[in-house]
Amino acid sequence: MGVFNIVIAGVGGQGVLLASRVLAESALASGMDVKQNEVHGMAQRGGSVISFVRIGEDVRSPVVMPGTADLLISFEPLEALRYLHYLKPGGRLVYNKVPLNPSTVASGLATYPPDVEERIARSCPGSRGIEALSIARDAGNVKAVNMVMVGSVLPNLPLDPRVVEEVVKEISRGKGFDVNLKALAGGVAAAGA
Amino acid sequence: MKKILSGNEAIALGFSDSGGVFASGYPGTPSTETLEALARIGDVYCEWATNEKVGLESAIGASIAGGRAMATMKHVGVNVAADALLTLAYTGVNAGLILMVADDPGMHSSQNEQDSRNYAKFAKIPMLDPSDSREAYDFVSAGLELSERFDTPVMLRTTTRISHAKGVVEPREKLPPRIREWVKDVPKYVMLPNYGQARHQELEKRLLRLREFAETTPLNREEAGGNDLGILTSGVSYQYVKEAYPGASILKLGLVHPLPEKKIREFAGKVKRLMIVEELDAIFEEQVRAMGVRVDIGKDRISLCGEVSADIVRAAAEEADAAKGAAPAADLPQRPPTLCPGCSHRGLFSILGKLKVFVSGDIGCYTLGALPPMSAMHSCICMGASISAAHGMAKVNEIAGGRGKPVAVIGDSTFFHSGMTGLLSMAYNGGSALVIIMDNRTTGMTGGQENPGSGRVLAGELSRQVDIIALVKALGVDHVEEISTYDLKETEAAIRKGLATPGPYVLVDKNPCVLRYRVKTIPVAVDPEKCSGCRACLKAACVALGLVSSGDKPKVMIDPDICNGCDVCSQLCKFDAMYKK
Repeated sequence: MGVFNIVIAGVGGQGVLLASRVLAESALASGMDVKQNEVHGMAQRGGSVISFVRIGEDVRSPVVMPGTADLLISFEPLEALRYLHYLKPGGRLVYNKVPLNPSTVASGLATYPPDVEERIARSCPGSRGIEALSIARDAGNVKAVNMVMVGSVLPNLPLDPRVVEEVVKEISRGKGFDVNLKALAGGVAAAGA
Repeated sequence: MKKILSGNEAIALGFSDSGGVFASGYPGTPSTETLEALARIGDVYCEWATNEKVGLESAIGASIAGGRAMATMKHVGVNVAADALLTLAYTGVNAGLILMVADDPGMHSSQNEQDSRNYAKFAKIPMLDPSDSREAYDFVSAGLELSERFDTPVMLRTTTRISHAKGVVEPREKLPPRIREWVKDVPKYVMLPNYGQARHQELEKRLLRLREFAETTPLNREEAGGNDLGILTSGVSYQYVKEAYPGASILKLGLVHPLPEKKIREFAGKVKRLMIVEELDAIFEEQVRAMGVRVDIGKDRISLCGEVSADIVRAAAEEADAAKGAAPAADLPQRPPTLCPGCSHRGLFSILGKLKVFVSGDIGCYTLGALPPMSAMHSCICMGASISAAHGMAKVNEIAGGRGKPVAVIGDSTFFHSGMTGLLSMAYNGGSALVIIMDNRTTGMTGGQENPGSGRVLAGELSRQVDIIALVKALGVDHVEEISTYDLKETEAAIRKGLATPGPYVLVDKNPCVLRYRVKTIPVAVDPEKCSGCRACLKAACVALGLVSSGDKPKVMIDPDICNGCDVCSQLCKFDAMYKK
């Protein structure tokens, strides 16, 4: 196989890094080569975050180039629109429908575009929006949005869903075990709905 | 067993598996996780130093005492440690010593993008430049062996895409730590001029031996391919080259200083066009041109600024413009980093913005106070500069006359790093600035590390917690007061008093970092009947706030999932519209 390129976008604090880790560990557990990369540091403070996961036989660069992503997972609609150009023609987008105000909007310096979802639908017709926050809340923790989003893309990954589930179990050993698995299952159900 | 590790984690594991005995450093993106990972591994002594110079000096001591040692820091940290480094190059080592330095091309989280390869050339010491986590792991043991074999410190250089990118690593068998004899050798370690002169001769001889070594070491390897294009590269740029031209002839350098001149000549002779792919400075290119070797594609096609990518490599080789691809959506509101909901810095910058004073800033989360709508920081140069720069401003203002007192804002860790010396100098020289120390008991921006004010060391054990107020007094400042920046009135009054009082004046806020210490308080709610939609609260620049349409004027709402109940917005409200349930 060639390299399968995944881009995960979101807002600092939403757990983009942990979701990336789940996908990367799942690839390793499936016997594939993987590179994962995100920029952290200053961006974690509520800023826009983008993470790359590249899965395949022999992965070189840790960076996904614009126009080459097979899958874009966005934890927030505005961030989906911001990074939409990373998708290759025919690539898939799955995003969380719940908006989060950037600080520029929260302080009245800008307005949140009212037509984000329409613009996404126009540019990327096969995209799918998920109510990840309420699914995470039902699973027991609003912070489990990241696991809901991982669940929602399971059918689109070149990975066995059972392997991903095992990795989530392993990573959340000790705390949040039930919540994370429920959130993952909630995401899977939402993707199938 | 194979593991997925970031470059930083790989270096930590590499040090632990290579008989490492002592590691020290100062947090700085993208280097920070190296010592954190080493502390988690748990079998090598490691610590946070108060700054990079102290970290490197301690590692030098560890090496002299016979323990394999490592110092870690970000690129600008080497500027702080450079005094030690340039003379360490003369003395050499006893046990192996690595200086791990993480560069940040593209300035993802830095104030400049200096290229640390210059330091290896400057100090005349070997530098290794891994191209992924696997090499980051391997180059630690290679570096320690090189250090001991040639009696030299070795720099292990990463960039953000090496330090933070994760890849598959297969660890080797672990070596037990071996501690060498602790010997007195005055001509080697006492750099009085006459001993230094002899050591300089040694250094130049050593560099010649290293040049020979560079020709034969497997750290530098040629990958044969077509003879049309030959690419000289190293580090993460090698991966971009492989991505763009899997079949090209490549001379991949692992040892990037000194360069293998014969090898480069031979390689250049075999290919029609020689391309050099390196991020930031033209370090290879200048040296290769100085050898009299023709470079066909280099910095004329690849920028001196920012990161390289596979697309940039392709465009440079084809002498075409970089592929445009789909354009990003235009006109989207930006999402810059911002102070966390509940952060103690928010109240401070609300008041400093209101008072319109000149704020001499420093490196930390509080640098975000410079962004609109607070716009309450007017200079930020390097670690510790807030206080010393404010001192210079105050002296000029004194000479110019009729100007207000400057305000310096600095965090606890930055104060310990290099703010203390500036304050001592200000007090000693009769300076007059207001200094505000935001002591949130952690090194926040890099992810919440321990420091001398947090009461714990890197490995987590309790330690003596320095008393900042007593320290400030000891440095020669009489006026020092504790404030709470969550109380806007009290904060404003204290700042006004500090500005009105001649001489150095220090205010210390001791509220803990809400992120690091997981502080959670009851969220604030808005009474829509009382909210007038005046937007005064939005000056708090908090992401929990938002506007909702309501009649003729949008009103403010607060997201209870995000709000952390700090009450800064409610104190900015003139209509008493905010309350806690």
